[in-house]
Amino acid sequence: MRTRLLFACVCAMTFACNQKERAEKREPAPGSAPAAGGATEVKLCDNHTTVALTELPKDRGGGQAVADQLMAQWRQQHPDQEWETAVRRSWTIKPPADNASVIAGGQREGQTYGRYTQLDVTTWARESERAAMEGARVFHDGDELGSTIAVSCDMCHPDAANTHPETYPKFQVQMGRVALLRDMINWCLEHPVRAKPMAADDPRMRAMEAYILAQRAGTALAYGKH
Amino acid sequence: MSRKHTSVETRYMEEREQTLRGLEGLSRRGFLKVSAAAAAGAATLVGGMSRHSFLPVRIAGAQPGDKGFRFAYISDSHLYEEKVNDRFVRGLLRAVDDVNRMDPQPDFVLYGGDLAQLGQASELQLGQQILKTLKAPLKMMVGEHDWFLDLGDKWRELFGPELYSFDHKGVHFVTLMSVVEKDFWTERKLTPMERMKTVAGLDNGAQRSFEVGEAGRKWLADDLAKVPKSTPLVVFSHSPLYKLYKKWNFWTDDAEPVQALLKPFQRVTVIHGHTHQILTNRIGNIHFHGMLSTAWPWPYAPEGLPELTIQMDRPDPFNPSDGCGDGSFDVHPDGLVDSIYRLWNRNPVSVKASYVATGKTDRPPTNSRRGY
Repeated sequence: MRTRLLFACVCAMTFACNQKERAEKREPAPGSAPAAGGATEVKLCDNHTTVALTELPKDRGGGQAVADQLMAQWRQQHPDQEWETAVRRSWTIKPPADNASVIAGGQREGQTYGRYTQLDVTTWARESERAAMEGARVFHDGDELGSTIAVSCDMCHPDAANTHPETYPKFQVQMGRVALLRDMINWCLEHPVRAKPMAADDPRMRAMEAYILAQRAGTALAYGKH
Repeated sequence: MSRKHTSVETRYMEEREQTLRGLEGLSRRGFLKVSAAAAAGAATLVGGMSRHSFLPVRIAGAQPGDKGFRFAYISDSHLYEEKVNDRFVRGLLRAVDDVNRMDPQPDFVLYGGDLAQLGQASELQLGQQILKTLKAPLKMMVGEHDWFLDLGDKWRELFGPELYSFDHKGVHFVTLMSVVEKDFWTERKLTPMERMKTVAGLDNGAQRSFEVGEAGRKWLADDLAKVPKSTPLVVFSHSPLYKLYKKWNFWTDDAEPVQALLKPFQRVTVIHGHTHQILTNRIGNIHFHGMLSTAWPWPYAPEGLPELTIQMDRPDPFNPSDGCGDGSFDVHPDGLVDSIYRLWNRNPVSVKASYVATGKTDRPPTNSRRGY
């Protein structure tokens, strides 16, 4: 599972800001330890990335500098962490449904199910879109798909065009049974892509289904359509 | 092997091939004539000819008129090295066989660009080796997949300059390099292979739009300055020289100024690769024809499709190489061009100049199983 860049960044910044307070109170901060020679070692919340300080930061600017230093180090060690930026730069992902209306009417009293906040709505959108983004990454990457002939899905289906996920399930006479979208994905993997088929719960399969369905947002379901 | 040792089966297949090829260029009226000839032929069979022979239906008029001529095309093979991917190699071999079996042979063969998938020397060399087995002379055009690894160094070394023109039987032919992209790689510090792979993704938005570019347009203007406006003009460009769908680079960013250079000529045909499908357009007096790929078909763009285009049926995923193929162009004595799409698993489709000019006459058959 990928560590999340944003989360790490916020951690580092929060840590750096708290550092000043703790320094004043003379409390040992979690994640920092006196290093040899009187220096203080500051750890990023991944518990691995460290920076040694001879002097603790005195103000917000100093704290930010330490956080930046930690993040720079962490980014260098995790070059793949920019994957979301890379996916966004290269491929168009249709935005997920906007759920702003569920909080527009205010909070409902007396039940937890209706009590949503902006954080809920943002999380839903972010996580749904992230699933589709991961799918886009797999869809466009022959190695990730396990292709033995360097073929990826986008070579016939740019932007997942002509995949029409809304038409499944449907009977495919060539398979002799009713196919779901994932069966058709597996057919493509085995034949044009020449890869091994994926288990239904393979994270790559789930991600690709997310991407393909996301690209058809707004299309009416038409199961059985040929 | 000499002719007398050709087996019955081989002879049958050769005749069948010849007849089917002849039928490609035929109108309904012509077909009726052929049918009549076939009936007459069957009635007057003489010894030595099989009753099942195709020969009685050898067709006059399958070739364009007296002074017309035919050239073939192969396009968009996207070769990897054979050990990486044999399928695309087979596609190109099949197309070369198709063209070599044409009888009579075409005057020349246009290669429409994207010979390689990732512009690597090994891919381009493999393509060159295969294309060397063509019997007819070869005219090469460059595509973005050939170009963006080394910005054309290897391609030029193997095939010569990317911009050139020639005259053939009264027609002026121009080959353009229309897949220039403005620099998007330096600032992002991309390696040559990263740059290549970015351009190689049709739906990869991290690149720029195709263009002929200022230098290319200048070259074109200079080249055309020497040509009388009454001379028929045929232009080869890898990308369509108009604006269809920007997101997939079915697009040439400086299409308008390029079209302005072509417009003064009375008969202009642009033949392009890149789109891997039957694609027809006309802008003013300029006719546009797309070419098929030997590697895979693209879906039609979700918007911007020219009205004249009669879409081919969507490719059948269960039928390998469906929607792929090669084809040829018949150049009439007046310089107008018919496009013949030779789809591998389907009947050939002719998109005639008369249809492109009028939108009515000789309309190709409409298909019912479109992509959606």
